Amino acid sequence: MIDTKLNGPLPAKPSRWPFYLFLLGLFAIVLISAIYIGANPITFIQNSDNMVDLFVRMFPPAWSYIATTTPAMLETIRMALLGTTIGMIFSIPIMFLCARNIFRLRWLVELSRIGLNILRTIPDLLLAAIFAAILGFSPLAGIVALSIFSIGIIAKLSFEAIENIDNGPLESMTAVGANKLQWIAFGVVPQILPHFVSYVLYTFEINIRAAAILGLVGAGGIGVFYDRALGFFAYDQVLALILYTLVVVIIIDLISLKIREKLL
Amino acid sequence: MSQRDQLKKARARKRGKIAIILIGLIAIYVWAISGIEFRGIQETAGPVTKNILKGFISPDWSYVYSPDGEDLIRGLLETLAIAIAGIFLSIILAVPVGLWAAKNLSKSFITSQSGKGVLSFFRTLPDIILALLFIKVVGPGAFAGMLALGIGAMGMLGKLYAEEVEAMDPGPVESIAAVGGNKLQQLAFGVIPQVLPGFISATLYRFEINMRSAATLGLIGAGGVGTALIFAIQGRSWDRVGIILIGIVVVVLIVDLLSSALRKKIT
Repeated sequence: MIDTKLNGPLPAKPSRWPFYLFLLGLFAIVLISAIYIGANPITFIQNSDNMVDLFVRMFPPAWSYIATTTPAMLETIRMALLGTTIGMIFSIPIMFLCARNIFRLRWLVELSRIGLNILRTIPDLLLAAIFAAILGFSPLAGIVALSIFSIGIIAKLSFEAIENIDNGPLESMTAVGANKLQWIAFGVVPQILPHFVSYVLYTFEINIRAAAILGLVGAGGIGVFYDRALGFFAYDQVLALILYTLVVVIIIDLISLKIREKLL
Repeated sequence: MSQRDQLKKARARKRGKIAIILIGLIAIYVWAISGIEFRGIQETAGPVTKNILKGFISPDWSYVYSPDGEDLIRGLLETLAIAIAGIFLSIILAVPVGLWAAKNLSKSFITSQSGKGVLSFFRTLPDIILALLFIKVVGPGAFAGMLALGIGAMGMLGKLYAEEVEAMDPGPVESIAAVGGNKLQQLAFGVIPQVLPGFISATLYRFEINMRSAATLGLIGAGGVGTALIFAIQGRSWDRVGIILIGIVVVVLIVDLLSSALRKKIT
């Protein structure tokens, strides 16, 4: 007979020490990091009058600067649009290569995925800095950088969508003897098209934000003016630029959101 | 009207709609392409590309570690430190604002909406612009970068935290209130245990973004490995550009892998 002790002593509470030690370790890492980069709250407090000064000089925003920078803002939108489009075109073959349920060649799929993951680690601004060096300080550098950056996002989101599709249509197409191209065109594409368009729009939203700062490394768009205004300590112009970018970003987000809601 | 005519009409309407969308798209692209000032590709583009590729194939390994002065390891460590210190600052800022913005914790609609407004304002400010402003306040360097990341990540983290709190089960909070727990006790024993995994997962996700962001901060003088990269680009030493990019890719990949493994374990 098994001896069950209902009224026996309570089991000992698990020790909380490992947890406390873990917290302490985390805190130590944060502290070491802060010391390593010379993050000193006192510097911040000492310089707080700088910050107050910066805020005071931001107001009132230089509204006239908006008219001056509108061509650059339109260029920013063009860059984002073209960058997203080129990225979209290139991500189509890549996303099929990365999806496990499309190609049976395991090594090819895994290799494409590793390639895509490496591509996704490079930040947009770094790409822009490199392409500005190759192609010169022009919007073209920004477009190329944004295209490559977009491939990473669109292909990643889309191949995950492809892997989640319903297998039924694919099986019936195989059953009636469709070839690979027909199989993709009529079995896969109709299922993922709304998702794909939605991801492209989402990437466009990200690219508008990215394009607005690419000018800082010489890759065209409105970012050039940030550099200029800050160089002249014209903080009222900086605030006007920030607000202008904010409004454009919000409007484009709203339009994109409306279209995406309709799609899905 | 027969059913067939109706169907025909519906199809014609659909085609008309598609045509309008297509015409609109073509107009947008004509506007976009015609507006881009194409100044032609620099003559040096070919050789420079070749040199960059050569730099990737035979990177400057000697730059990885040098006992004195600037090297890649120090740059990457500084980037990591900026990302860590930055995420810590944004956690401290985002927890209160996130709780403020959560619908189910505040009594009035206005309270939570104002919190959400604050968060979305900070979300639209790019990290790089914040870094430029903080450089003006504390001077160029990693500290400015850390402050920029701390403030920049607050908007996104606060939003994710608020969503996590809104999705929680109200049961435990109500039972603590029923047995006479005060607001603080409700928070500590009802809310936090429920939302903690979600909070940690969101924080790790943002940390991955912070790593990428921290790598770019140096381009504008806010510390980290980006500083070395922009100097290498300006100095046309492509083998160094190659090794720096390889270093960034490796570190970001490692952080991504660790973080996603942790996130899978938590949720």
